[in-house]
Amino acid sequence: MRIVVAVKYVPDINAERRFVDCRVDRDPGVGTLNELDENALEAALRILDALPEDERAASEVVALTVAPADGDVALRKSFQMGVDRAVRVTDDVLAGSDYFGTATALAAGVRRLESDGAPVDLVITGMAALDGLGSVVPALVGAELGRPAITLAKKVDVADGVLTVGRETDEASETLTAPLPAVLSVADTANTPRMPNFKLIMAARTKQIEQWSAADIGIDPSAVGTAGARTEALSAAPRPARAEVELVVDKGEGGTALAEYLIRNELV
Amino acid sequence: MSEPTRNRTVLVLLDPATEVRSSALELLTIARGLGRVEAVTLEAPTVEVLAQLGAYGVETVHQAEVPTGVLRDAGGDGALHLPSVVAATLASAVRRTDADVVLAPATFGAKEAAALAAHALGAGLVIDAAAVGEDADGRVVAGKRVFAGAWDTRCAVTADVAILTVRANAVVPEPAEAPVATEVDALPVELPAGTAGVVVTSREVKERTSGRPSLEEAAVVVAGGRGTGGDFGAVEEFADAVGAAVGASRDAVFEGWFDRYIGQTGVTIAPRLYVGAGISGAPHHRGGMQASQVIVAVNSDPEAPIFEICDFAVVGDLTDVLPQAAAAIRAHREG
Ligand SMILES: Cc1cc2nc3c(=O)[nH]c(=O)nc-3n(C[C@H](O)[C@H](O)[C@H](O)COP(=O)(O)OP(=O)(O)OC[C@H]3O[C@@H](n4cnc5c(N)ncnc54)[C@H](O)[C@@H]3O)c2cc1C
Ligand SMILES: Nc1ncnc2c1ncn2[C@@H]1O[C@H](COP(=O)(O)O)[C@@H](O)[C@H]1O
Repeated sequence: MRIVVAVKYVPDINAERRFVDCRVDRDPGVGTLNELDENALEAALRILDALPEDERAASEVVALTVAPADGDVALRKSFQMGVDRAVRVTDDVLAGSDYFGTATALAAGVRRLESDGAPVDLVITGMAALDGLGSVVPALVGAELGRPAITLAKKVDVADGVLTVGRETDEASETLTAPLPAVLSVADTANTPRMPNFKLIMAARTKQIEQWSAADIGIDPSAVGTAGARTEALSAAPRPARAEVELVVDKGEGGTALAEYLIRNELV
Repeated sequence: MSEPTRNRTVLVLLDPATEVRSSALELLTIARGLGRVEAVTLEAPTVEVLAQLGAYGVETVHQAEVPTGVLRDAGGDGALHLPSVVAATLASAVRRTDADVVLAPATFGAKEAAALAAHALGAGLVIDAAAVGEDADGRVVAGKRVFAGAWDTRCAVTADVAILTVRANAVVPEPAEAPVATEVDALPVELPAGTAGVVVTSREVKERTSGRPSLEEAAVVVAGGRGTGGDFGAVEEFADAVGAAVGASRDAVFEGWFDRYIGQTGVTIAPRLYVGAGISGAPHHRGGMQASQVIVAVNSDPEAPIFEICDFAVVGDLTDVLPQAAAAIRAHREG
């Protein structure tokens, strides 16, 4: 079994997040592994953990990111959780990529991995990147690779070359299947990501991160980055701060004060 | 509403076609500001739906005709709403009508369908626009609230076709000046090879029975968290007094106290009024509600982080504050 987990380098949601010249500021001071990709890593590692020992030995989980060099933070964290290999696709031509550019680069990375002869059975992603909350890259990677994609999995099973997924959408509870190779995104409800142990944390420091350029993996530069983007950023500005909060301490009249506020502002 | 400057054709995705949700009425309203509006459905619209579409100025509904063999192989009727099928339908509709813009709601399924359709068409894609308009050159321009509603961004679509998902509560729905007669047109849909393979082996549709507005579309939302201690009674009583939808924090849902949560990984909302009770205001939760117009919180901890983003707050026990407020509002409404 060979699994690629797509991991994104994003600004920590607990930090001050901002834009610089209409691009997400990924200052290494605030950059981190997209938290929701930990669920994807966990799902991949569990699939391998369930294999018999000899099959596990012949299997691998590869973390793949499309990011500038600072993105290594996300790959180191992936090593800490237990991935076998980490690859970063980095190129100036990728700067300013939209969803399609990102999916193109991820798919090219997967194909390049496969050029050594071993197929990638599963590409697993998080349910969303917390910087943009798009939730569309997994479906697009599926389309780029021409493979079925099942998204937002809550329950994941892989057996006999078939992926079976249980999921809860707002509309329905569903069970879906797809033959491998396939693309899968996992919801944050799918699992609780493991805490890295001391040994893995130490080992992650010195593990090698492979780096590929756009040319290395056969990306057409006109299809990605600002050149290939089908939208143009016009502006990004912080919202004006909210007015000072009107704070009432309840001494028996708090509910009445709340009702009065809502009535006064014609909110009810 | 201003007149569109261009003679555009705008398609609005209506899925399911058995009801017109307020988010769909918003999409139709936005669409009329951009050009001539047509709707796209996966199944036959009901008579009530057709009447509502007519009131909103929709002359044509394109109803997908998905090859039955393909559908059967993918698991039957349940497969009709798979993003790959919806995407193929949207792409077929764009090609057939030469449409310039597609608008879809901001559900996970619709986002994926929009992305796949844009992939097939080479269209520009905007996910979760909070405002849609045009610039001086006639390009479609979208406004987005990002980083938990802390930043406003704008972008223009540079491709010939623009596909956008639009967040609920972006505009107030407005019927057309005069209603029109709505016709249903069959839309042959071809499913591209390659997306095949996903099979829906079971599908249980969730009932929407609570009688309350739905969380993603409500103008007022009341949410309960861990501070309820598991009893949502006070939260629900208050919600019903103000006619609100009810939601929760993820912790409350993981405890099994409620079924749907608000936040970055749950439902993202931007109602006119959000009331959070017994919710601390973690960044994950804020990410899904901070774009609300007015934010109110009830929390017993004067240091609760949610107070930092509130317009009005009560430091107190929610089991005291909410019932008292509900009673006062009921009295006001009756008085
Ligand atoms: C990857 C990831 C994604 C996540 N996504 C989401 C998400 O989408 N949405 C989400 O909500 N969370 C999400 N979370 C969880 C989030 O980080 C917080 O843990 C969660 O929001 C906290 O829920 P809470 O506010 O109900 O509980 P707490 O943080 O425990 O807060 C409870 C509050 O209730 C107050 N309180 C207690 N008793 C009373 C009383 N009697 N009256 C009034 N107030 C009282 C307390 O003072 C406290 O402030 C996510 C976490 C992770 C790791
Ligand atoms: N630049 C990237 N590099 C690697 N993986 C990515 C990248 N962007 C998105 N992904 C993956 O796609 C998922 C969904 O991202 P998005 O569609 O942008 O919300 C993320 O959780 C990641 O697993």
